[in-house]
Amino acid sequence: MAHPVRGAIALPGPDDPALATYRVLDERGVADPARVPEVAPAEWLRMYRGMVVIRTMDERLMAMQRQGRIGFYGEARGQEAAVIGSAAALGPDDWIFPALREAGAGIFRGLPLTAYVAQIMGNAHDPGKGRQMPCHEGTRASKFVTMSSCIATQLPHATGMAWAAKIRGDKTVVAAYLGDGATSESDFHVAMNFAGVFRVPVVFVCQNNQWAISTPSTAQTAAPTIAIKGRAYGIEGVRVDGNDLPAVHRVMRDAVEKARSGGGPTLIEALTYRLGAHTSSDDPSRYRDERVTDEWKARDPISRMRNWLLSQGLLDAAGDEKLRADVDAEVRDAIAAEEGVEGPPVHSLIEDVFAEVPRFLEDELAEMTGSGS
Amino acid sequence: MRLSYREALNQAMSEEMARDPSVFLMGEEVGHYQGAYKVSQGMLERFGERRVIDTPIAECGFVGVGVGAAMVGLRPIVELMTFNFSLVAIDQVINNAAKVRQMSGGQFKVPIVIRGAGGAAHQLGAQHSQSLESMYTYCPGLKVVMPATPADAKGLLKTAIRDDDPVVFIEGELLYGMQGEVPEGEHLIPLGRGEVKREGSDCTIVAWSKMVHLALAAAEELERKHDLSVEVVDPRTIKPLDEEIILRSVAKTHRCVVVEEGWSFNGVGAEIAHRVQRGVFDELDAPIERVTSLDVPMPYALHLEDLVAPTVPKVVAAVRRTLYLDGGK
Ligand SMILES: Cc1ncc(C[n+]2csc(CCOP(=O)(O)OP(=O)(O)O)c2C)c(N)n1
Repeated sequence: MAHPVRGAIALPGPDDPALATYRVLDERGVADPARVPEVAPAEWLRMYRGMVVIRTMDERLMAMQRQGRIGFYGEARGQEAAVIGSAAALGPDDWIFPALREAGAGIFRGLPLTAYVAQIMGNAHDPGKGRQMPCHEGTRASKFVTMSSCIATQLPHATGMAWAAKIRGDKTVVAAYLGDGATSESDFHVAMNFAGVFRVPVVFVCQNNQWAISTPSTAQTAAPTIAIKGRAYGIEGVRVDGNDLPAVHRVMRDAVEKARSGGGPTLIEALTYRLGAHTSSDDPSRYRDERVTDEWKARDPISRMRNWLLSQGLLDAAGDEKLRADVDAEVRDAIAAEEGVEGPPVHSLIEDVFAEVPRFLEDELAEMTGSGS
Repeated sequence: MRLSYREALNQAMSEEMARDPSVFLMGEEVGHYQGAYKVSQGMLERFGERRVIDTPIAECGFVGVGVGAAMVGLRPIVELMTFNFSLVAIDQVINNAAKVRQMSGGQFKVPIVIRGAGGAAHQLGAQHSQSLESMYTYCPGLKVVMPATPADAKGLLKTAIRDDDPVVFIEGELLYGMQGEVPEGEHLIPLGRGEVKREGSDCTIVAWSKMVHLALAAAEELERKHDLSVEVVDPRTIKPLDEEIILRSVAKTHRCVVVEEGWSFNGVGAEIAHRVQRGVFDELDAPIERVTSLDVPMPYALHLEDLVAPTVPKVVAAVRRTLYLDGGK
């Protein structure tokens, strides 16, 4: 049987969405009213709160890392709008494949804060049973897949999961996050190509935070934008201001709707900036000009959203203060509840390697712990 | 000269790059960042961007590009952030680097060094803690080198760079800061020559890379607490393997324990044990023992991680088993 022929791929025009950067809010939080997507007031506030949760959690956990209370941490400071604006456009049955900086998306859709903290501590309450480094959370119940440390390997999985939805004929959409560095790995290209060829309901969200550890995104690719890479695979590419929550939400919502209705995949590039270090093991002042970081601090996604909410009368100063105090208490409570919880039991070492624990692993464990002899 | 393991590697690369213009270094963050473990400190400044090359994050990219450059006579040193990520490049390593010479009837050679950190550090979980040497030694066409000391790191890396075959050069992630005496200048250690790291007469421990230091610590404890004299043999290159030095030692001590950081099934220790029983069967007074990691992906939780990997008490117990102490347990 012959392959179906699709329409020819158009060349980029001057206002190609893969080259321009879509914006709703300016840097002070003033909106272009024609571009604000329709969203219920409570939902805007929920998204705002989601951003504040990320900021609060990151600050608290980074401080704990410096005090030696946790081993490692990777924060998302400055990228909160890209995370929440996109995640909020997904339905409860849609799946998320996170990269390193999307914990906030998981929490936004139901991953309990305590479970997140338990994962970071690697304690007995961790849904991942103390198996992975901090910030590699995942809960199937929240349709939030456990993160893989290897850059970009989640992307073909996302295409495959979306393909499964197509085969089963359900309406699930899959969102896969990645960083700018991940676009160099082969798995990115494979995932994009397959997604394009098979027109599966997947949305790739690249958080272009302009750094991959010490490598700037300009050293990662010679293409003018990341969104333009979609074109080579027959996938629509859209670049959006990643520090502009309504803008991210709008392009993501369009992409999710298109995917759900059979229109195929989209590559969204959310242009943002990694305000902090790559992880707690890194010191960015050694390789980048922190004056640029300060410029990006002035484009802070949370203040922009806050200003807009205040200007629309959706939030007032007292309400904001209360929201922040509530979030702060929640984060403190989660940490207090999880710190000091004992580690997973020894026998868990040999569980989940296979569906059933094989005899040879029982024997090997017994030999190793001396409990058998 | 007293150098750290990392400085010794740096010196080896720098000396070879100064000597031979066809040698260059390539990988993620090797230039401006000076290497994920700071092994290439100062090299960008000294040799410039044409020879110390920062690449995009694409392991199969820079290993494959390195193979291509090597086929026409350059001598790439490719740095992997860690050997865990060599798995992303595995087709280029095993299906290509290892086979180009043989498949082309000897018309092309691939003098590439693929180097980086191997083994577990602390609390890095399943995908960052692997010892993959047995996978590389399994495949024909690759030489596999695993130095344990700064002096060996320098002498072996210089030889590996000059070697006309692909060399998988696995460094100990926890050894980079280790200090030691390193000969200056032309210090070359042939591939395939091991070294006795400690002399002894009651039992032989065979170990490489970080495990050499574990074996030495166990040997010391065995001497101090149990009055036993243990010999530690470090093959230094796993392939080609210095079988002779191992057999000679076991013929003297009549007992053998192989310690490796990797998993036991198909581990390098299995091959060594086979060669020992084949070579000096009549000299053995006890079954050969092995100490390995538990056959599971590495967990993160500290108390579990400690259970998985080889430890001094596990090595001490294995040596004592070969001597039928502790009731033979
Ligand atoms: C296959 C692989 N190669 C290298 C690494 C080491 N590493 C961890 S994070 C990272 C940078 C990732 O950058 P990017 O994709 O831009 O995401 P960001 O960290 O900026 O969010 C690298 C190179 C890895 N984890 N996996």
